Amino acid sequence: MPNQHPMLTSLARHAVRIAITVVVGGLLGATLVREAPGFGIDEAELDSRLSSQSIQALRQAQPNQSLRAFYFQYLARLLCGDLGTSRSLQRPVAELLKERAPETAKSVALGLALGWTLGLSLAIAVVMSRSWGLDLTATLTTGILLCLPAAVLALIFLLARMPGRLVIALIVFPNIFRYSRNLLARSASLPYVLTARAKGVGGFQLMLWHILRPAAPQLLALAGVSVSIAFTAAIPVEALCDLPGLGQLAWKAALSRDLSLLVTLTMIVAVVTLAANSLSDLLGKALSTGTAEVPA
Amino acid sequence: MSRQIVFRSFLGLMLASTLAVAQNDAQLRFCLHSDPKSFNPLLAEEDSSETVRYLTGGVLMRLNRMTQDLEPELATSWKISDGGKTITFKLRNGLSFSDGTPFSADDVAFTIQQMMDPALHSPSGDAFRSGDGKTVTKVLAPDRVSVTFPAAIAGLDKLFDQVAIMSAKSPKKEMVVLGPYDVLEYKAGNYLLLEKNPNYWRHDAAGKQLPYIQTVRLDIQSNRDTEMLRLVRGEIDFINSLDAEFFDKLVQQNPALVHDSGVSLDSEQMWFNQVPSSPLPDYKKAWFRSTNFRRAVSEAINREDLARVAFRGHARPAVGPMSPANKFWFNAKLQPHPFDQKSALARLAQDGFRLQDGVLKDHDGHAVEFSIITNAGNKYRERMATMMQQDLSGIGIKLNVVTLDFPSLIERITRSFDYEACLLGLIGNDLDPNSSQMNVWISSGENHQWNPNQKTPATAWEAEIDKLMREQATSLDPKKRKAAFDRVQEIAWEQEPFIYLVNRNALSAVSPNARNVHPVVLRPQVYWNIDEISIGNEVARNR
Amino acid sequence: MRWVRNVGIAFLLTVALACLLADFVAPSYARQFRDEPDAAPSRQHLLGTDDLGRDRFARVLYGTRVSLLLAPAAALLSSVLAVLIGGAAGFAGGWVERIIMAATDLFLSLPWLFLLITVRALLPLNVSPIASVAITFALLGCLGWAAAARVICADARSLARSDFILLARASGSSGFRLLWRQAVPNLRPIVFAQFWISVPVFILAEANLGVLGLGVAEPLPSWGSLLRELQSYSAITGQPWQFVPLILFVVVVSCFHLVLLEQESTA
Repeated sequence: MPNQHPMLTSLARHAVRIAITVVVGGLLGATLVREAPGFGIDEAELDSRLSSQSIQALRQAQPNQSLRAFYFQYLARLLCGDLGTSRSLQRPVAELLKERAPETAKSVALGLALGWTLGLSLAIAVVMSRSWGLDLTATLTTGILLCLPAAVLALIFLLARMPGRLVIALIVFPNIFRYSRNLLARSASLPYVLTARAKGVGGFQLMLWHILRPAAPQLLALAGVSVSIAFTAAIPVEALCDLPGLGQLAWKAALSRDLSLLVTLTMIVAVVTLAANSLSDLLGKALSTGTAEVPA
Repeated sequence: MSRQIVFRSFLGLMLASTLAVAQNDAQLRFCLHSDPKSFNPLLAEEDSSETVRYLTGGVLMRLNRMTQDLEPELATSWKISDGGKTITFKLRNGLSFSDGTPFSADDVAFTIQQMMDPALHSPSGDAFRSGDGKTVTKVLAPDRVSVTFPAAIAGLDKLFDQVAIMSAKSPKKEMVVLGPYDVLEYKAGNYLLLEKNPNYWRHDAAGKQLPYIQTVRLDIQSNRDTEMLRLVRGEIDFINSLDAEFFDKLVQQNPALVHDSGVSLDSEQMWFNQVPSSPLPDYKKAWFRSTNFRRAVSEAINREDLARVAFRGHARPAVGPMSPANKFWFNAKLQPHPFDQKSALARLAQDGFRLQDGVLKDHDGHAVEFSIITNAGNKYRERMATMMQQDLSGIGIKLNVVTLDFPSLIERITRSFDYEACLLGLIGNDLDPNSSQMNVWISSGENHQWNPNQKTPATAWEAEIDKLMREQATSLDPKKRKAAFDRVQEIAWEQEPFIYLVNRNALSAVSPNARNVHPVVLRPQVYWNIDEISIGNEVARNR
Repeated sequence: MRWVRNVGIAFLLTVALACLLADFVAPSYARQFRDEPDAAPSRQHLLGTDDLGRDRFARVLYGTRVSLLLAPAAALLSSVLAVLIGGAAGFAGGWVERIIMAATDLFLSLPWLFLLITVRALLPLNVSPIASVAITFALLGCLGWAAAARVICADARSLARSDFILLARASGSSGFRLLWRQAVPNLRPIVFAQFWISVPVFILAEANLGVLGLGVAEPLPSWGSLLRELQSYSAITGQPWQFVPLILFVVVVSCFHLVLLEQESTA
């Protein structure tokens, strides 16, 4: 019997796949945190004002249940909507996420929007103009941005009194430019594009239908990956610019080995990454033209 | 008519901007480097929580950070009796908490009982633990209370500087205060806003209620660069603890901004792992247990250079566990170990070490090479470790510098003991060695870093230190205590279980808008007299 | 614009030669001239000294040697892994692709910081600085393939349906040979992009891994450790020679890109 709702079936399959992968990701993340040195350590142990009994009590208060027990309890609580309590900040994880998620969402969304606008526009300009000078300038500019440490970029923005979250855009932009420039240049060198150009097809139509379209699946894959790049960039940017978002929270949680918080953040990042990449895969497959490629 | 409208609009604009300026003048702003972990004053252990406690907590007596004398606060007088086991307070009458709940001896008794609860593990409470047994509080009158500890506590009265009194009756529990400010608003990761406590008991000489400043805004700012830029831009009013580089940068821009209060109580030191069960090879354990080896390493390190180069001159060579800033307790007869590589080699020769082609080898032919761990991100320690690397290469020792994240480092020095040498620092919060040095020097102590939790002292000199520390902890005679601790410092100087390197200077920066600020060495350096500080026009408005 | 590429190649060769001859042209990179911290350029110190009085010119040369050798190697490793994993997934399609891509997405989400901390814990404390930095770059190479693998997979998927691949299959080519001989050359644009981006990213990442005890250990310099000097406002003295490591880094990476640009253009 033919599937009458192939799209829905595909979405459902993706959702199940995401759920399973996120659960596995949470377990792997918990394993990495639990087994790394420094777990269960409290800096207060070095406080010379504390008596031996107090320090022993501090040590005993640290989580020492097995990883399996912790994770099953965590999942059971998760099903009831309880994300646990952050050991380092002494607050419910759900409350922390609610406070900080909007900040990161803003930063990441802005970073992606600007990064893609700049990156893709510049790549299109380079490919359409076929100007070596523009290509060289764009290459050098993006090269300089890649060479500047995030801390230096953050400092420059600080000195210029510009919002620190724009640094994410400057981290995303060179990646987008480089990949999309190469993809679009390859599409533009295909014989039928040259034919279309010779036949007088206009620049906009040429770009949209003959250059962008064959590269669309790869660009969509890049879009999915860029979400992950932006999230990863958010961690040092928020830590350096003191933006109270999830990235700063992740950094603090990492330094204090806060297991509940780290597992939750890992799962969030996994959900966002998987969702973005699944969406780009679905769109990519839908747009795939199967254009013939000329061998190298 | 239109002229009237314009004129009134102009007046309105002027008034609004004046009010805005006045409101800004009524607020003091500075930064915390992390969110406070707790608002319970009994559980304050890190800098941010202690800041909140200092600004909001009312104490029975306060150590004046400038004169280092103990002054009455909520208690007008006190008397120590029963061989140092009992302290009786006479309290001020007619005081209230910030929510109006009356203050009485019951609140003092309640606070002490909470603090001494073994289940709470309060850092302030641990300083009072003198022996096994219960702490007994007796409310003798609404304004008189006595506290009896199981055993005598040396320096008992000064310990109450850290005890903020909590309300026994108020439903708001630890959120009601007796100090100059109380918490108005807290946005985690962002800021903490404190407002003037309307029931604060102190008044100035003219009878005006203190504090002068209406609100205090503490921004949560971990990035020190941002903090400094904000000070320069006038967005904050001071930096309580300034890095040496920032000091040098600011002094070029505006010398009036910065203050060097002189050497602080803080020290930087390294030590060797002497734990017998550590996973080190036996020959290295033998090196580290040798007094000659430790003294030689100490003499091979150029402390003057460390102070001059690593700290840009804002430090001085350290002698021992006490800094010269601690005028009473510092043993002035001791001097920093001199930089003398010849003497270092002579000491090593006594233990059979010899220099061969520029490489120091022990009597079994092992080349002397060891690693030193320190916490990553602390550029002073990273610099010091690199400088020590060059110094020790002068006597043929190869030093490997390893920077680790703090939890990994703590695990190595407290759990696995998988390290060879460690470079860390000690923050000096208290003058009296009884409160912060006890657990370091007692051989069974957790913070006896080179070989903690000993069942019996491993060496004769550690046994002697144990005896001396217990002696000074139970004596009430300041001279006897001083003599005992002087001897501890001498032993530490001779044996070098900690190789003390430098004492840093207390550096701060204060905006010219802040009035009556007198930075000192003791923490909190800048705002120790918070209720007397004013901002710009605030003084003119209030006087 | 072949001359631009030639200029790039010439500059890279000059830098490589200077680094190889560092032992002869520059004083020790470790020696601290403690009476001259943060000194201006002079005859003895061509680029001045750093905060510990170490000759900056020597440290730039030796640091370039370390980073120029190891970062491209790590970038190559991550590119090869990305091609093999992403290419195989895209080419195979079906459930193989789905599993590999799910694993790749998971790889992108995990907190690898803790793996790096664990690696540091497993290494002996007395590991030599060069071994420490080599291990760091190898780790970065092994961890840095996932993002590119995703894009390569999408590209490979498109290639798998193309006519020339169909022709190659019909001619009897299959499996790894088909992937390597027919598909991989067409993946060059993405691979170059991945390589191009990875070199500076890995150099900067190596510096940041100093927080975990990985990366280069004192006194050995690397570009990353030299750039750390610029990451604090207090450390920036405003003197132009402090920025030479950054400028050299940018110029060398740009020369790499100029050399690759022509390759990318003809790919």
